[in-house]
Amino acid sequence: MSIDLQAFEQSLTSVGVAAARVPPDEVAAAIEQFTTGPTVGVSLDRDGVDLPDSVDVDPTAAALEEATTGVTPAAFGIADYGSLVLPSTDGGSELVSLFVDHHVAVLDEADVVPDMKAAFERFARDIPEAYGDAIIATGPSATADMGALVKGAHGPSEVRVVVVEA
Amino acid sequence: MSKAERLREIMAAEGAAVEANTQGFNQGRYDSVADLEDYEGLKDEARSIKEDAIERLPELIDQLQETVEANGGTVYVAEDEADANQYMREVVGSDSAKTVVKSKSMTSEEIEVNEALEADGHDVVETDLGEWVLQVADESPSHIVAPAIHKSREAIAELFNDVFEPDEPLETAQELTRFARDMLGERIRDADVGMTGANFVTADTGTMALVTSEGNARKTVAATDTHIAVAGVEKIVPSVDDLQPFVELIGRSGTGQDITSYVSLFTPPVDGPVVAFDDDETPLSAFGDDREFHLVLIDNGRMSMREDDDLRETLYCIRCSACSNVCANFQQVGGHAFGGETYSGGIGTGWEAGIEGLDVAGEFNDLCTGCSRCVDACPVGIDIPWINTVVRDRVNGTSESDLDFLVDGLTPDEEETSPPLQKRFFGNFETVTKMGSALAPVSNWLAGTTLSRQAMDRFLGVDSRRDLPQFQRETLVEWFADRDVTVEDSQRRAVLYPDLYTNHVQVERGKAAVRVLEALGVDVVVPAIASSGRAPLSQGMISTAREHAERVAAELEPHIQNGRDVVVVEPSDLAMFEREYEKLLDDELQEPIAQHSYEVMEYVFGLLENGADPSVLGAGSGERVAYHSHCQQRTLGLEEHTVAVLDRFDFDVVTSDVECCGMAGSFGYKSDYYEVSMAVGDDLREQFTDPETADRTVVASGTSCLEQLDSLLERRPTHPVELLVE
Repeated sequence: MSIDLQAFEQSLTSVGVAAARVPPDEVAAAIEQFTTGPTVGVSLDRDGVDLPDSVDVDPTAAALEEATTGVTPAAFGIADYGSLVLPSTDGGSELVSLFVDHHVAVLDEADVVPDMKAAFERFARDIPEAYGDAIIATGPSATADMGALVKGAHGPSEVRVVVVEA
Repeated sequence: MSKAERLREIMAAEGAAVEANTQGFNQGRYDSVADLEDYEGLKDEARSIKEDAIERLPELIDQLQETVEANGGTVYVAEDEADANQYMREVVGSDSAKTVVKSKSMTSEEIEVNEALEADGHDVVETDLGEWVLQVADESPSHIVAPAIHKSREAIAELFNDVFEPDEPLETAQELTRFARDMLGERIRDADVGMTGANFVTADTGTMALVTSEGNARKTVAATDTHIAVAGVEKIVPSVDDLQPFVELIGRSGTGQDITSYVSLFTPPVDGPVVAFDDDETPLSAFGDDREFHLVLIDNGRMSMREDDDLRETLYCIRCSACSNVCANFQQVGGHAFGGETYSGGIGTGWEAGIEGLDVAGEFNDLCTGCSRCVDACPVGIDIPWINTVVRDRVNGTSESDLDFLVDGLTPDEEETSPPLQKRFFGNFETVTKMGSALAPVSNWLAGTTLSRQAMDRFLGVDSRRDLPQFQRETLVEWFADRDVTVEDSQRRAVLYPDLYTNHVQVERGKAAVRVLEALGVDVVVPAIASSGRAPLSQGMISTAREHAERVAAELEPHIQNGRDVVVVEPSDLAMFEREYEKLLDDELQEPIAQHSYEVMEYVFGLLENGADPSVLGAGSGERVAYHSHCQQRTLGLEEHTVAVLDRFDFDVVTSDVECCGMAGSFGYKSDYYEVSMAVGDDLREQFTDPETADRTVVASGTSCLEQLDSLLERRPTHPVELLVE
């Protein structure tokens, strides 16, 4: 395992995000482990990597409203922070990762950069084409506005990551 | 209501919640920045990006306008709030009542866009949970990042239960959050327009960074087909890679999070389907992604601030709130007292002066004591105390006093205008101390009578609950002149700077400093030298302070030329030499003073490091000591030297970790602020009266700290250098 990947997994733990690292043919099973309730998703667009059959891919808005879990790809991870870079897609990746209580992100293990500097080298190179509307998401959504820290404000209260081995 | 009464009321109602939250954020900042490999380097980088951006602002505005328009959006540069609101009213339209959902934006608070849109019949909904609490309660933010910081969980529960009458009364933070999320979720789904702020906007690609934790900004944009972003013109940075240091610094500096949950990098108009949430037939990918985007850039005084040499730095502010959280006074009173129309905390003075005017800034600006703890905390290195001093100076220029004759004899100041009487009294403290010593002890007896304390309270606003400094008949300079000590084979030669307090009031610490330095082989002189100008500067009397600085420079110069170091007992005066003299003097006068000046314990540390023999001085033999460093001394990074020296002499030292003692020169003497000062001091009292510290010898470096500790504790505190001669 690369140093970056190791650091990434440690950072994920410290921001409260559970991760599983699996070979491509076990991705569907790993996602299944992480989902709760009705699940919607957007296509992963990766050869040999599938979503489980239980996932409603490219759902209607009404199905999104009913869903508990949303599965989306992540563009890359930032090891230092345990951050996921979530691109916006035509398939509604932003909606599927946000309007649910549990978000499961799928990430290739090669797509981990060591730090914020490296992340912004990518952004500087590829905005607006690849990451025109990207979110650097770190841990679940949270608020302290109600007198104590609460996970799950407007966005998901649980985030999990499936790392796909090369 | 008097100022003191108003502050008392705010502290009683909001102080506890504000204190707990800000101190938590502040500690979080220390912990979080400690993890960065190169915190100072990152701050320098952030600073230079802002300097460059504000320098090139007109050009960047043009570039951004072109970029956004090429991306398919529009840019409107609004001259003032009316102009901005007029434009946004047109965008939202008046043909039907719309729902506008907003994510948190202080700039939108500044221009009061909610009121403007509501007047047209639109429904404007704040979706940040803290902002929403305030909207429901009809209150204003008390903190620029955590707007409802002054409200406890209990208060929010009571509010929600009263207003919404839920079936089951709400109680826990979890329940309150869930309730708000559901209520606001429906509003967001039905909304027509999404309004956001922008923490940064890049001119090269038209990308805006939004730093949030809740996810409401994401939803606000994703769920609507019209996106309006409101941002001050100062939010523009040249390029996308310029965002990196800010993304790493903003959360750490503010609430102490390494990074907030979401940093959105939107390049609007934002992609992604615009959906109808009740549609149960169309897949998401079949919806179009047509969005209108309007970037409203607000001037509202900023371009004039850019031309103002003293206010310009305010535009570097990234609104992280570090200067609020670190501020000992803010921690007690919060932004409802320490704030203006929109902005609060230390940098709030700069914003309010530039946007609203001196009258608004002047209402809270005196709550900045110049302790300088915000200087290290600010991620873009803004000299916030200087901005407060300049604004105070300008406010002084607008005041009229007809009681000036009362202090004219005492106040030979250089001010062209007429600062308020109280400020002239404290600003001319050099004259007061000279007369005090010349007439001591009679001056002390007279000043202490009930009659004169009443008069001082009434005319000068000097609180009668404070003990006044006791002037010593024999000054340090006079004592020194009468001695006949020669140091054989001196290792170094030094001037001990006779600051006002060491010379006239706390003379013993000066004598101790001389004895310690001589014992360590230093040839010491204590000539009469002008006072530093700290006293007038802290009253906003900059011309008078500059005149002091010029005298000090002229009087120290021959000694420095002669190879003497300058040793300073009073940390606030050393801070003058090293920091404020940069503003008051030309470089060729200031630099030699700064280079050759040392805090007394720093100097002792240096002597020991260079082989001086410590055995000639008294050892602590394990004596247990509680040490409170001085705010400005800590900003200069000089707390550690005192601790190291005391360690070396076998004292067992614990240190306080409060940001400031609360006295801060004249601040704690003023009737308006006495209770704030004592509330700040209370944290220090608690730290030095717990079981671990209650029986420790108390030492402190600053005059103010010593006076404050003297009033807070039964034990009489001394300066650490005095421990070395006992």
